[in-house]
This record gives sequence, C-alpha cells and structure tokens, in this order.
Amino acid sequence: MQEIIKSKIVPLPRADIDTDLIIPADFLTTTSKKGLGEHVFARLRIMEANFPFNLEKYHGARILVTKKNFGCGSSREHAAWALRDWGIEIVIAPSFADIFFNNAMKNGILPIVLEEKIVNEIFAAGDCEIEVNVAAQKVILPSGEVANFQIDPYRKECLLKGMDDLDYLVSRMAEIERFDKRHSKNMFFDTTVL
Amino acid sequence: MARNIIQKIWDEHVVVSKEGFPDVFAIDLHLIHEVTSPQAFEMLREKGLKFHAVGRAVATVDHNVSTAVNRKVATDAGSQKQIMMLRNNCTEFGVKLLDMDSGKQGIVHVIGPELGLTQPGITVVCGDSHTSTHGAFGALAFGIGTTEVGHVMATGCLLQEKPKTMRVNFVGNMGKGVTAKDLILKLIAQIGVAGARGHVIEYCGEVMSRLSMEERMTICNMSIECGARAGLISPDEVTFEYLQGRECVPKGKKWVEAIQYWSSLVSDKDAEYDSVVEMNIAEMAPMVTWGFNPEQGIEITGEIPRDADIQALDYVRLKAGQRIEEVPVDYVFIGSCTNARLSDLREAADIFRGRKVANGVIVYVVPGSEEVRAAAIREGLDKVFVDAGTDFRNPGCSMCLAMNEDKVPEGKRCASTSNRNFVGRQGKGAITHLMSPIMAAAAAVTGKITDVRKLIK
Repeated sequence: MQEIIKSKIVPLPRADIDTDLIIPADFLTTTSKKGLGEHVFARLRIMEANFPFNLEKYHGARILVTKKNFGCGSSREHAAWALRDWGIEIVIAPSFADIFFNNAMKNGILPIVLEEKIVNEIFAAGDCEIEVNVAAQKVILPSGEVANFQIDPYRKECLLKGMDDLDYLVSRMAEIERFDKRHSKNMFFDTTVL
Repeated sequence: MARNIIQKIWDEHVVVSKEGFPDVFAIDLHLIHEVTSPQAFEMLREKGLKFHAVGRAVATVDHNVSTAVNRKVATDAGSQKQIMMLRNNCTEFGVKLLDMDSGKQGIVHVIGPELGLTQPGITVVCGDSHTSTHGAFGALAFGIGTTEVGHVMATGCLLQEKPKTMRVNFVGNMGKGVTAKDLILKLIAQIGVAGARGHVIEYCGEVMSRLSMEERMTICNMSIECGARAGLISPDEVTFEYLQGRECVPKGKKWVEAIQYWSSLVSDKDAEYDSVVEMNIAEMAPMVTWGFNPEQGIEITGEIPRDADIQALDYVRLKAGQRIEEVPVDYVFIGSCTNARLSDLREAADIFRGRKVANGVIVYVVPGSEEVRAAAIREGLDKVFVDAGTDFRNPGCSMCLAMNEDKVPEGKRCASTSNRNFVGRQGKGAITHLMSPIMAAAAAVTGKITDVRKLIK
C-alpha cells in the first residue's frame, strides 16, 4: 500500500452493511481471489439504479466512506476480495465488524475508524476528494481539517511493506512445535478414528 | 487473579506474546468446507508449505451440496468444481474428508459436536462465522477468513488480539412455546447487531444448566449476529453426558483425565468482564424477525415498531405498526446450523403430527447431517414430515444461504429457522422471517406467521 492515498470517495451512507450485501452467495463458487469486483454489491446494484457503484462518476475511486458496523455477518473473505478487485483500498466508517476488519487488512484494504460526527461531515461535503496519509495516520478531510486515526503498528508495517502474517508465524515455528508438545495433554479429541 | 472461562482458555492457547506483535494463538480443531478453503490450499502450494497438523483438521462438504433426495454432488458447475477441489486437496494433504454418503457428512457445525470432536477448553476455527456454535461445549470457537484458514493449515496458529469479555445473564425460566432460539433472538433485539462487537460472550444464568446441548448450540450459534467474536457456555454434567461414548471422545483413563480438566473450565467466582448484560426471559413470548437484519426482532404478540427503518420495511413489504402475527408465508425452511439437529426435528414433528401443510406453502425440512437424517428416519419422523406434505431432504446448508439450488424466489416470504434475514440471503429478493423450529412448523400448517402456543396443548 502507498503511504499517501489521495482519491475521490464513494459515499455509502448506510449502516450495518453485511458481507452478503457486499458479495452475495451466488458468487462464492469461485476458486480464485480475482474477478469479484464486477459483482460487488450485486443485489443493491440491481435494486437501486442510482446505487453509487452503478454510477460512472465514482469509477476509479479508491476510498469508500460508510456508516457503522460495516462488514457484519458472514466471514466470507470474498467481500474484501470483491472490494479490492473493484479498486477500494481504504474504507472509512465509525466502526467495523471484527472478521471483516481482519480480512480487509490481509488484502491490502485499510479500514479506518473515524468518529461518526466526522464521517457525517464527509457525507455532508458531497462528492469530494480525501487524502489519507497511512504512514502519518492522518486523514485530510474535504474541509481541510485533519483527523487522526489509530492503527496497530504491526498491521501498519504489514500494509506498507506488503508483509504477511504467515511470514511471522512461520518464523516462530520452533516455539509452536514446543507448545504443541506441552499443550497436547489438554486435548482429548481423536480424529484418527474417523 | 480471578479469571473467567474465556480468559482461562485464552491463556492456555497463547504460544508467543511479543511486544509490538499480536499474540501467536494456537488452534486445536480446524474444520474445513468446500467454499472457503480452495484459495487457502492453493496458498500452501504457492509457498511450498506443509499442512501443520492434519490430525487436528476435519473436512466436509455442506455449503453448496445438493439436498435432493436422490442427489448428485451439486447441480451447478462452479459448486461441482469446488467439491472436486476439496476432495483433491484433502487427498493431496492427507486431511480426513467426511464426504457425501459417508454416513457422517453434514453441516460442519452439526457434525463436529455429533462426532465428539468439539470438546470443552479447545479452540475451534472454521472459515465460517457460525463456528461460534461449538462454544456450547465451553470451547473458544470463531469464524475466520480464507487467508487465516491458510495460516492455520500451515502453522496450527493465528495472530490474534485478546478479545474483550461479556457476561450475558438470562434471568428467569422459559415459558410454554419459548425455545433457545427465542432467547438468542431476544438478546440480539436487545443489544443490536453490533452489541457485542470485539467481545466473546459467556452465556450464564440458572436456565443454562437446564438447557440441552442442542439448545446451547442454538444460542452460541447466533453470537455472531450480535457482533460477538464468539460465545460460549461453561461445560457441566450435561456436556459430559452428551460427549460420553461419542466416536472421537476418549474412553477409560483418558476420559477420567478429560473430565478432570474440563471441570476446571468455569469462571472464578470473582471473575470480571468488560461488560455485563441482563435479560429477563420469564414473561417473553416466541420471537420473530420482521426486517432485514437479525436485530429487527419482536415478540409474536407484538407490532412492527412505529419508527422502523424505512429501507427495511420497503424490502420486506410490511408497514410500521403492523402486527407480525398472521402475515402470510409462501415458504418454510426448517434447517441450518442453528436449528437442524435431531431435537429441532422432533419438536417440529410434534407440530406437524396429525396436521397438513397449508395450501400453496412449500416446506423444506433439511436435516443437519446424514446422522441426524438417519436418526430421524429411525424414529419415524420422516413419515410425519412427508405425511404433513413437507419435503424431507438430504443434509446441507441449503436455503440458509441459498448457494445451491434451494432458493426462495424473488418477492416470496419465508418462515425460516436459519440465522440471517439479510437482503437476498435466501435468494435474490427473498424475504426472511427468523424464528424457532416450532414457530416455523406452525407457520407451515397455518400458512401464516402464527403464535405456536395456540397449537400446543
């Protein structure tokens, strides 16, 4: 991910958007992570002609701004894949569902939590451009004001350097194997009988 | 320091805790299905990694399999390909696959407990948000995305931040016609779809000790619908009795050791929680959702709120202030990881016995596993379902997420025992009302949303 992302926004002023809405089950038979962008929000794009993802003016936007509890429901990582494939790299909302938050981070999407008041100000500004400085953890709002956001230092490094959790996990393999031996006394299920 | 059960299980599974990094957290049991695993197996191949602990993983097919009585794998090419890939991947990496017609296939959250794989104190993950079901046994169980599925395959671990903890106290006893499904629907209505975000819930209250394991699973299953990372219930005699003698459970000396360890998995008397919620269940009626997310639930005797969300009302074609009872239904779905166990089918069958499905209503009864289906047939429940005019099918996720051909058509209304009433969840334009199996059966025989208590003597 680039340190600074400056882009027009896609406004989606709707709370509790679930991952079934982001990518319906019809598209989960894919065995790839690519190509889901054209189906992102498929149901809403059919139901509402003026749904933002249908409108030419939002094409090329890299920042999605939405309301609370974005990405609730199903754990399908396809939701993050679909948004990323469409071009979204930043999602700004007052809160995110836990599983989506994790899935986003692992796919080059930064979920940014900003106060509801600030998010509403962005909506009030209408079609606008926002600058996100990932390295400095700052959002330059349409008004020119600056909002700071939190990001776990490890996650930030992963995003900016394209690092992978798996590299870190694999680097701890010796400790994992020692743990497995110690911990096995408290595990009583046996899959070998199946 | 006094700890609650969530903190105890957490502490037991921290492998590495290093400043500046999330904890390396051990996963004991990894359940795998066809839809969220292909890209994870592919990642192992791309990175040249081995499957870390095949003995701690079990796979099945559930999300997109056909549930037809004379079924062939799946009906569409994409699903067939996913199922074939799972078979090939399990063979290549040596993972045990409980395939169709093995006698053990079923919804991943039904077969784990049924086989005795799900046990107290373990950590369980699956690429499925309803993994929280396994919390009924006092396990810490949660859903993960496909990238993390790959991490568990490769290392048996995940990177995790410590969750907050929430205690939910159910106060009082359940009245006639009120089930475990109603308790969890009421909790979600009370605290909202994000009410437990960032938390793991411990469900408490005297009533918990009287609930069967099946009922406990129904409650834990829907923890994710109030945003929780997981939900669990302390193990007790009911848990041990359920587990004893199941296929993957130890016998003899090992069983005694297990009971000893499992008995330590209770919250200390003075344990603290980040938040506490009380819910009185004594006077409540059976619940029904009216809208398009699970927090939009009301008692069957109630009315849709005057200030109901306009978008939701528009989608479900109902009006603010309208009574929910007597709203006509077109479809009824009895199934899913929430409510497709034998006890659910027995309770539904009690409503269907001696009654007929109302004219024009299509009713799917989809058992949670091949074992549940076989047990239902042994008890003659299949005959009750068929005589009543329902379609008693083969196991799978079916109409809960409508990935296979089991869909509710556009504009049609379904009384469903599943867990989500999201827009288009049961099919494009489908309208879903969540409720318990007996409430769904009552809707099936009357053709409209009905207070089941009127049908119970």
